[in-house]
Amino acid sequence: MTQTTDTSGSTRSWGHHFGVRRQRSQHLSVFGWIVRILFAALFAFPLIFMVVSSFKPDDEIMADISSFKAFLPVGQLSLDNYSQVFLKVPVVTFMVNSVIITVFSVALGVVVNSMAAFALTRLKVRGKAIIFGFILATLMVPFETYAIPLLWWINQLPKFSISNFTLFISKGWTNTLYVQIIPFIASAFSIYLYTQYFETIPKELDEAARVDGAGWFHIYSRIVMPLSGPATATVVILSFLPMWNQYVWPLMVVQSEGTRPVMVGVQYFQQMTTSWGQIMAYSSLITVPIIIVFVLFQKQFVNSIASSGIKG
Amino acid sequence: MIAASKKFNRKASKQNLELQIENRTGTLMLVPATLLLLLFVVVPVCLSFILAFTNARLVSSTSPQFVGLTNFAAMFADSAFWAALKNVTIFTVVVVPVQAGLGLLLAVLINKKVRSSVFFRTIYFLPVITSMVVVSLLWLFIYQNDGMLNIVLQKLTFGMFKGVDWLNNPKTALGAIIFMSIWQAVGNHMLIWLSGLQTIPNDLYEAANLDGCSTWQQFKHVTWPCLRSTRNMILVTITIAATSVFTQVNVMTSGGPLNSTTTVVYQAIQAGFKQQEIGYASAITLVYFVLILIITMVLRYLTRDKD
Repeated sequence: MTQTTDTSGSTRSWGHHFGVRRQRSQHLSVFGWIVRILFAALFAFPLIFMVVSSFKPDDEIMADISSFKAFLPVGQLSLDNYSQVFLKVPVVTFMVNSVIITVFSVALGVVVNSMAAFALTRLKVRGKAIIFGFILATLMVPFETYAIPLLWWINQLPKFSISNFTLFISKGWTNTLYVQIIPFIASAFSIYLYTQYFETIPKELDEAARVDGAGWFHIYSRIVMPLSGPATATVVILSFLPMWNQYVWPLMVVQSEGTRPVMVGVQYFQQMTTSWGQIMAYSSLITVPIIIVFVLFQKQFVNSIASSGIKG
Repeated sequence: MIAASKKFNRKASKQNLELQIENRTGTLMLVPATLLLLLFVVVPVCLSFILAFTNARLVSSTSPQFVGLTNFAAMFADSAFWAALKNVTIFTVVVVPVQAGLGLLLAVLINKKVRSSVFFRTIYFLPVITSMVVVSLLWLFIYQNDGMLNIVLQKLTFGMFKGVDWLNNPKTALGAIIFMSIWQAVGNHMLIWLSGLQTIPNDLYEAANLDGCSTWQQFKHVTWPCLRSTRNMILVTITIAATSVFTQVNVMTSGGPLNSTTTVVYQAIQAGFKQQEIGYASAITLVYFVLILIITMVLRYLTRDKD
């Protein structure tokens, strides 16, 4: 009995887990299989090559390139390329920087954007329609259209630093971690996603809580947010990848090694070495963890991107 | 009578207080997001309209001077700017239909209800989660003169193919960048198409089957019309992303050879960041901004609800 339930349960969760509905089984033609496999090779082989080569010495990478061995972990495999990467550049610092930038901008983004969406969907605020219109208008402007004036602008902003218990005020936010975080916290798209989700949560919950004497912040943090897990998952997934992969902005605002993120670091490293094996090692180092996260949270990833597409 | 009106008054004032609290809390909750968007989106966008008419530099001891249309005159006289505009146009015109079409093909391929679909979906999506910088470095190796692509092509043609220095040849460099850009991003649009495909009710296909429709007729009369809103969304997002191409160019070719791969955003960042000429770079940015605005409006008009 238990056996049967288990089996059916696992089959269902299998199909459910991968987001493939299988009401009736379909069969692929031979041609269908060939096309799918050819495309898979096209997308996977360059990445397999990257990871495999990161373990090979340079002369072997070049020797293997003319045969299928380029995609196989064969020959003299070692971690030499990786140790060279760690010796040549402070890659650990770069990674810590990127983790800090990603975690803070995503976490603060969840709070700031969900709070705004809460006020927009559930509270009577004067001028709400105008504010919402203004927020949505910023959705239309791609970052590249204002990156240059923003660069000038952050160079004018006052910078506060404390050393020896004295407050110093200087000009410009360059070469800091927060210049890579603060401009990206508020996101019209995240606010929009949250408003869409909050609309589906019954307002009667708020009224009941108000009658019980709960404040609005309490309703937001204890009632609405805990019910909005899927929206938060979507916002986290959609903002985490661009932040980790951030390149244009840090390229312009960061010149010091201490605040450099991984993606600017890899290009910096490329200019310091002629070894492809080492470049592949650095590239694998910053790519493979993300691929693992993706494979683990596949269902959430796919759902998030799907929901980002249902804007209509 | 008096007691009743007092009671009513108290009730009204209590409600008033409620509304006041609601308004105040709401405003407070809106302040952080609004302020950040003002400071880091609206102010820079407005600044580009001012800076474009000045000689502002990135780091300067003197304050910017108003220079009228000098920046625009210099920009329109610069052949690199026109090359950039041309390259971005070619890039967009090729990438939008090919990437959208290929994405749809992949989505249809993996929309079959077989177990392996998930495996293939994962593989097709891998380049999307790989950063464009890493992808650019990887393809820099593949495109090398003694790189993988030339060797594969030589093997496939039994030595007939003589090898091309893909990125150092002005004739092939832009094409090479276009190909790897599509390779990197197509998986993303595959997923968006897929979500559109899965909203199409199955009965429509069953009805089409009963009517004896071929696979192609099914696609033409059921799938394609049902994907209208997905299609419009994809059209707008790919177009905007394509016009802002920068990373690949910066990592792989630095705009060369002979400006054959330079782009508008690349020109702007070169001028503003490398040469520190913020005024001139803002003029380029402003032109780009107007361009995006026009493209968005045209696309909106083309994809409007006709009914």
